[in-house]
Amino acid sequence: MAVLEILKYPDPRLKEIALEVEVFDAALQSFIADLEQTMRAGPGGVGIAAPQVGRLQRIVIVDVSSKPKIKQHGRLVLINPEILEWEGMAKGREGCMSVPDFTGNVIRAKTIKLRAQDEQGEFHDYDMEGFEARAVQHEIDHLDGLLFLDRLVSRRNDLFARKVYK
Amino acid sequence: MADNNHWYMLSLIGKDRPGIVAHVTSALFEGGANLGEASMMRLGGNFSMMLMVQFTGNLHGLHEIIDGVAESLSLHVHLDRIDGQLHDHRQPDVRIRVYGADRAGIVAKVTGVLAEAGLHILDLESDVAGTQTEPVYIMTIEGHAGEGVAALESALEIVKQEGIDASLEAIDIMVG
Ligand SMILES: [Zn+2]
Repeated sequence: MAVLEILKYPDPRLKEIALEVEVFDAALQSFIADLEQTMRAGPGGVGIAAPQVGRLQRIVIVDVSSKPKIKQHGRLVLINPEILEWEGMAKGREGCMSVPDFTGNVIRAKTIKLRAQDEQGEFHDYDMEGFEARAVQHEIDHLDGLLFLDRLVSRRNDLFARKVYK
Repeated sequence: MADNNHWYMLSLIGKDRPGIVAHVTSALFEGGANLGEASMMRLGGNFSMMLMVQFTGNLHGLHEIIDGVAESLSLHVHLDRIDGQLHDHRQPDVRIRVYGADRAGIVAKVTGVLAEAGLHILDLESDVAGTQTEPVYIMTIEGHAGEGVAALESALEIVKQEGIDASLEAIDIMVG
């Protein structure tokens, strides 16, 4: 296993659209192990997406189990993830290992229904909410070449959004 | 060679009009100054700017760059050399919302009890909504809870007993 180098903006690979994973083999397992180790090596990182280490494939790892008292599924390897349903809107503060020294407010769906494959290629459906749902949406954005910088809201706009939608 | 790339804090305030930001920042750019963090906002028909400016020359040199454009836009200028630097962010861990019928002392009351309970304000925005006759005061604060969020929660209880609506939430930063 190895800790991989995390690409930092403005690396153009962070703006690419990642490809579906089609082969679930030993090479994939080995990459996932490296990706997970890389996520855990970062300070406070609760998610990582393969494009962040320069691999343009639809692979995400999320593990928010370090946060107490929230609904969550523990360590998750999400391959070819697809959000089937969104509900609600919530603002929350995000940072990104690919954008050091900056955090900002982003509006995300409060709850999502997610379908994804695991390391073996098996399909699973998940109902997620809150912090975990936020992490998954942030990581799936990486698969589509989007950073949280693309979704920042100013505090004033944010207040307005809350008035309108809540 | 000594460090001659200094940071300055530039404040500009004047009547709002289109193009202020573009005029000021292009004057700075053409004068060879770099911008750092900045906050700019329209407040009550005025426009206020606070900018971290990096400049190799001295205070006098920076005044020469900015005074002309400030005068042409009728902006008041304040310029200070600062010790600050970039990449010195402190992350907020709590957000507080306060609103109530506008009355004298509401900000002092709220910030006073919160400061006593350990709040370090990193960012405060307030506004007056409602109507001329029935104004409503609205404030959002982001800050660092030096003595924990629970201490701030009990402090807010004091405020609420006086008819001010206040709520607090922990800011849990998602890094991924
Ligand atoms: Zn990220």
